Amino acid sequence: MMELGNEENNAPLIDLINIFKIYQMGTTEVRANDGISLTIYDGEFVAIVGKSGSGKSTIMNIIGALDIPTEGKYILKGQDVSKMKSDQLATIRNKTIGFIFQQYNLLPRQNLLENVELPLLYGGYGAKERKQLAMEALARVGIEDKWKNYPNQLSGGQQQRGSIARALVGKPSLILADEPTGALDSKTSREVLEFLKQLNEEGNTIVLITHDPTVAAKANRVVKMHDGKIVFDGTAREYKEQEAAG
Amino acid sequence: MSILQAFKLAGKSIVGSKMRSFLTMLGMIIGVASVITLIGLMEGVTNYVISTFSDMGTNMISVTVTNTDTRKVDVDAVYEFTEENSDIFLGVTPKVSSRYTVKNGTESLTTSVTGVGEDYLELNSLELSAGRFIQYADIKNRYNGAVIGSYIVEELFDGNAALGDTFKINGQVYTIIGIQKEEADSEANSTDDVVYIPYSNATRLAGSNDIGSYSFAAIDSETVEAGEEVLDNYLYGIMKNEDLYTISSMTQLLETVNTMTGMLSAILGGIAGISLLVAGIGIMNIMLVSVVERTKEIGIRKSLGAKKRDIMWQFVIEAAAISTIGGVIGIIIGYIATRTLGSAFGIEAAPTLNSILLAFGVSAGIGIGFGYMPASKAASLNPIDALRTE
Repeated sequence: MMELGNEENNAPLIDLINIFKIYQMGTTEVRANDGISLTIYDGEFVAIVGKSGSGKSTIMNIIGALDIPTEGKYILKGQDVSKMKSDQLATIRNKTIGFIFQQYNLLPRQNLLENVELPLLYGGYGAKERKQLAMEALARVGIEDKWKNYPNQLSGGQQQRGSIARALVGKPSLILADEPTGALDSKTSREVLEFLKQLNEEGNTIVLITHDPTVAAKANRVVKMHDGKIVFDGTAREYKEQEAAG
Repeated sequence: MSILQAFKLAGKSIVGSKMRSFLTMLGMIIGVASVITLIGLMEGVTNYVISTFSDMGTNMISVTVTNTDTRKVDVDAVYEFTEENSDIFLGVTPKVSSRYTVKNGTESLTTSVTGVGEDYLELNSLELSAGRFIQYADIKNRYNGAVIGSYIVEELFDGNAALGDTFKINGQVYTIIGIQKEEADSEANSTDDVVYIPYSNATRLAGSNDIGSYSFAAIDSETVEAGEEVLDNYLYGIMKNEDLYTISSMTQLLETVNTMTGMLSAILGGIAGISLLVAGIGIMNIMLVSVVERTKEIGIRKSLGAKKRDIMWQFVIEAAAISTIGGVIGIIIGYIATRTLGSAFGIEAAPTLNSILLAFGVSAGIGIGFGYMPASKAASLNPIDALRTE
C-alpha cells in the first residue's frame, strides 16, 4: 500500500495496524473490518469510500474512538486507543476529534450556541470561555447571527454549518465527517465540501466517510473499502481514473 | 460538566415537558402532603389528649385501701409518712367520696360529696371565688362547713349563694364557707359539680371511721414513679397483702395514651409512606421512558465527549429535581391542609419540623434512588447504537 503526505511529519496522526472488527451474528462470524492497516498524517484530506456493508462505518467508529477493534492496534496522536475504557475514549473524542454527522445531530432543545458549546462543556471550560470560543466557531462558518436560533428554525445547510462549528470549536486534531452531504441538496452539498476543503487548506486534518464516489473525489486522497478490506488507496486523480476504467 | 450545568439541564428538561413533569410530580405532591398532614393532625390529637389529662394532675397519685378489722391505714400515720418523704411528696389529702342528696328548701339534687384534708385545694391547684377552704380546725372539730362548686350554686341556690347560707347534705345542715371558682361552665358531673367537706365529717356520713382513699401529690410528674414505689413499700408493710390496696397515677394513663397515639401516627404515616413509594416508582417509570426517548441525545452527548458520570448526573439530577420540587409543593399543601383541617376539628395542629424534614429528605432520596436505575441505563448506552436510533 502506498502512503501519501509523509513529507510533513515523521509521526503519523492516525496509525491503524492490522485492525479486525468481528461480530458474532448467531453462529456466523461477520468480519466488518478484516485486517485494515492505514496511516494518515497531519494535514491530509482523506475520503474513505465504500458501499453499504463495506466496513467503512465500522472503521469510522474505530477512528472516531466510538468503538475499539476486536484485534489490532490503533495509535491516534501517539496514544494507543485500541485498549481504552469508555471514559478514556470519551476524553479522546472530546479533545482530539471533531464529528460532523449526516443528520447534523444538533440537540433540538438547545439553541445553536449551546449546541456548539457542548464539547467545551464536557471539556471543562468555563462559561465565559465557552461562549467566546463558540461564537468564534460560528463566525467561522458564517452563521454567528443565528446563535439564538433552535435547530428547527434553521435550514439544512445552516444546521450542517452549525455542526461543523461544533466540530471545530474544541480545535481538534482530526475532523471526522460521516456522510456530511447525505441530507443536503446538491448546491448546499457543494458549499459544504468547498468549506471542508478550505478547512483542510487552513491545516485541518479531515477524514470523510461517504458512499458517493463524486464526493470522495473532492478529497486529496481516497481509500476505497470493500468487504471489510481496503481495495484502493491513492490520490483523487488516480481514484477517478480507476473508477472510469471500472 | 459541573453540577450547576446539570441543574440547568434538568430545569430545561422539566420546563420542556411541563405536563409530564407535573403529572410525575403529582404523585410526590400527594404522598408528601398526606404524610405531613396525617402526622401533623395526629400530633395535634395527641397534644390535645395529653393536655386534657394534664389538667387532671399528672403529679397526683391515687391510693385506695381496703381496710380490714386487723389491718388498717391510719390517717395520722399517712400524714407522718408523707412528711418523712418530703423529697418526693408535696403533700397528701384523704379523699372520701360518696353521692348524697343535697337540699336547699325545695331544691334538691344528688351530687358527689367529697371529704378532704386542708391541703386539697393547693395540691390540686384549685381556686376559690369567695370565702375560705376547709381548715385543720374544721377537720378536728368536725365542723359542718362546705365548699361548693359553681354548678351547685346554679342548681341549688339559683345562682345566688352567699357565704353563711345553709343547705342540707343527707339531712345534716351545712354552712357554705367557700365557693370554688368556675372551671367547666358549671356543667353537671364536671369539676364544678362538687361539694367539699372536712374528711372527718365524710367518714361519719359514710358510717365508718376508716379512710379508704388518699390523694398524694408528688413534687412533679418525674417523681411520680419514685412516689409509687415508696408508697407500695409502705402500704405492703401495713397491709401485708397486695390485693388490699391499689396505687394509680395519671402517668401510666399518659404513657398508654402516648403509646397508642404513637402507634396510630406510625400506622397512618406508613400508609402515607406507601404513596411516596408509589410516587417514586412513577418517577422511575417516567425517567425510563425519558431515557428511551432521548437515546439519540445521549448518543450525541457521548460522541462529543460526555463521560458516563456526566450522563448519570444529568438524569439523576433531573429525577431528583422533579421529586424535590414535588416534595416542596407537597410540603406547602400539607402545611395548609394540616392548619385547615386542624382548625376544622378544633385542635391545635401544626406540621412538625421533623415530618417536614422527613418528607423532604424522603422525596429527594426517592428521586435519587429511583432515578439511579434509569440514569445508569442511560450512562451505559453504547454511543454508536445510541447515535443510530431515530
